[in-house]
Amino acid sequence: MSVDILMPALSPTMEEGTLSKWLKKEGDTISSGDVIAEIETDKATMEVEAVDEGTLAKILVAEGTEGVKVNAVIAVLAEEGEDADSVEAKGDAASADAKEDTSSSDKEEAASDSADKADEAEAPKAKVLNDPSIPEGTSFTDTTVRDALRDAMAEEMRRDEAVFVMGEEVAEYQGAYKVTRELLQEFGSKRVVDTPITEHGFAGLGVGAAFAGLKPIVEFMTFNFAMQAIDQIINSAGKTLYMSGGQMGCPIVFRGPNGAASRVGAQHSQDYAAWYGHVPGLKVVAPYDAADAKGLLKAAIRDPNPVVFLEHELLYGNSFPVPDLDDHVLPIGKAAIKREGTDVTLVAHSRMVGFALEAANILAEQGIDAEVIDLRTIRPLDTDTVVESVKKTNRIVCCEEGWRFFGVGAEIAATVTAEAFDYLDAPPARVHQKDVPLPYAANLEAMSLPDADDIVAAARKVCYVD
Amino acid sequence: MATKSKSTKKAPSKASKAEMLKYYRDMLLIRRFEEKAGQLYGMGKIAGFCHLYIGQEAVVTGMQSCLKEGDQIITGYRDHGHMLACDMEPKGVMAELTGRSGGYSKGKGGSMHMFSKEKNFYGGHGIVGAQVPIGTGLGFANKYRGTDNVAVAYFGDGAANQGQVYEAFNMASLWDLPVVYVIENNMYAMGTSVARHASETELFKRGISFEIEGEEVDGMDVLAVREAGEKAVKYARSGKGPYILEMKTYRYRGHSMSDPAKYRKREEVDDIRSHHDPIEGLKGQILEHGHATEDELKDIDKEIKAIVKDAADFSLESPEPDPSELWTDVLKDVEVA
Repeated sequence: MSVDILMPALSPTMEEGTLSKWLKKEGDTISSGDVIAEIETDKATMEVEAVDEGTLAKILVAEGTEGVKVNAVIAVLAEEGEDADSVEAKGDAASADAKEDTSSSDKEEAASDSADKADEAEAPKAKVLNDPSIPEGTSFTDTTVRDALRDAMAEEMRRDEAVFVMGEEVAEYQGAYKVTRELLQEFGSKRVVDTPITEHGFAGLGVGAAFAGLKPIVEFMTFNFAMQAIDQIINSAGKTLYMSGGQMGCPIVFRGPNGAASRVGAQHSQDYAAWYGHVPGLKVVAPYDAADAKGLLKAAIRDPNPVVFLEHELLYGNSFPVPDLDDHVLPIGKAAIKREGTDVTLVAHSRMVGFALEAANILAEQGIDAEVIDLRTIRPLDTDTVVESVKKTNRIVCCEEGWRFFGVGAEIAATVTAEAFDYLDAPPARVHQKDVPLPYAANLEAMSLPDADDIVAAARKVCYVD
Repeated sequence: MATKSKSTKKAPSKASKAEMLKYYRDMLLIRRFEEKAGQLYGMGKIAGFCHLYIGQEAVVTGMQSCLKEGDQIITGYRDHGHMLACDMEPKGVMAELTGRSGGYSKGKGGSMHMFSKEKNFYGGHGIVGAQVPIGTGLGFANKYRGTDNVAVAYFGDGAANQGQVYEAFNMASLWDLPVVYVIENNMYAMGTSVARHASETELFKRGISFEIEGEEVDGMDVLAVREAGEKAVKYARSGKGPYILEMKTYRYRGHSMSDPAKYRKREEVDDIRSHHDPIEGLKGQILEHGHATEDELKDIDKEIKAIVKDAADFSLESPEPDPSELWTDVLKDVEVA
């Protein structure tokens, strides 16, 4: 059977080109890989290689022809045993054009159809359970956030042999911030792995181990250093499930302190919640108190997806009551109302929750009853809890330690505006770090970072008190 | 420990008739498949990036012959050949290239992003060099579990300049991980020749400061690849740690479909094709040993052409993914106890 040789597309965007030169003539024998012609686009001159073998029976488009459409038949090849004189093109250049035209307009139509559908369709929301109720009579023990995180890892490592922790100084040094204290003693060096200072490398290695079915906990000494590894976190861990059509999976936790520490300067003080919160395929958790830190880290380790778990150095030493339960696991994706109120909603995550609670106390003295929501999870974001709260209070202040631009507060403000527009009595307000790299000098650092006073001021403003 | 160079002279043929015919068939399948992919690209049926493996077939074919059940493979974006060598279905691979629901990733991955857990093929990675630490992690998992499986991480001469490759080398050697690193040196990192991108052009030496042994191999000779591969895989499997093989190979086509490859002379390509082609080379040996006649090899060719035609037909008949697939596979559901 004869084979049509078509004008090839040489790039994703090429629609037509000039057939500048034939390097074979009618009657020539052609092997696959032979250069048969040269074509020119606005970008480059390219050689056309034969794919099939045979005899070049007919040349249908003369050299020098401009504007030859992609997929037009430019020549016909007679295959072995065929009479080169008697072969016919299955389509001529013109009809190939016409065919291409219809198919491309069909395609456009189909594309715009499905684009409409995609616009209409919301990403389906995963069902998230409420916090399990804590049985009556359960005792609580005051525990530091540091120890709660440690206990979560230890409990999960006892439960599942596939869980291991790796990172810089996690084993013999007992953790740069002592979060992995005594894990080496209990689990040994096979499961508590000191790495070289090589974030990109060990993040990628962790992803590979997770692809192979292990459940790595990768500790970054701080999330500032994880920027070295962000390609592996986003491109490899976050996207592979989708790119594999659901075949793969990456059960991995990336954890470590995030946000501003104290007087460590701009490179060591950054809130990455918005960065990772931007990426579909990741879960992002940023707890405030010890009970949530424990319950959510246990959930993160069990989660079949990659979880970015953002801790806060300045909270590690703070103590909170943690329920004395054998298995305290909390749902990822559920915000918690830390204080009920009726006048204004304060939304925060991580360390800012403490400032929001402090602000609520100050506001209470001033006659303003604030509701404080701890997001706990950044992605998936529990917008239902926030929107419901705003429907009650009609005012919202979004608080975060990070920068304002494209931040967590921006996303919440947009969501509330879209979903509770008629309920709002004031535009959503935002409290955030000043739009500068974090300064070192004590006074400038304090000016740069948001605190309870900033939240009080913003709350009073949306309540039109000031 | 010292790294050493092996000469690239032809390895003595120790392969059996059945083995040689299998390698011939496997390499030919890759060649014909890739030619068809190029053709479908030209017809606008395959879009985006498409990096063909034509010319490099001996590398993956020879290496694959050294592996056993449970060994893992990972590579970069020039990955179609690796998938076929792992015994993945040509239909599923081609349908992924055309972006159809019958593809290995249901059309959601494309040329550079395909996987098969069943066949231990871990991708298919589009970021140059990213597969090297991930592959090292596969080796880490083997050691953690106490299996004797080996992970083979392929990357190109271009990726050999990425920092994360050396981060991975360091950990693999430090922890004696069972990983064989296969550098497919096809002489060009996109358009930049090795001499222009590498201060040390003998890439098998790149493991020296990590105490990883390395060898240079004639990557155009499937039997030479096999011989070197067997040694490297045995080394890694025995618990001694990683091993580097630098395969000197060549890609006949441009870096991707839109690369006119003006950075090299046509004569250079023609010379390699005429004198070093891996398939023609093996064909010559098969005929010389009387393992098959020209006609028998032609029959194999016909058989392969039919497989590739079926794959192409399937890839064009398979429907586009259902619009509902837009939202699936972003996250796995959490099992609630």
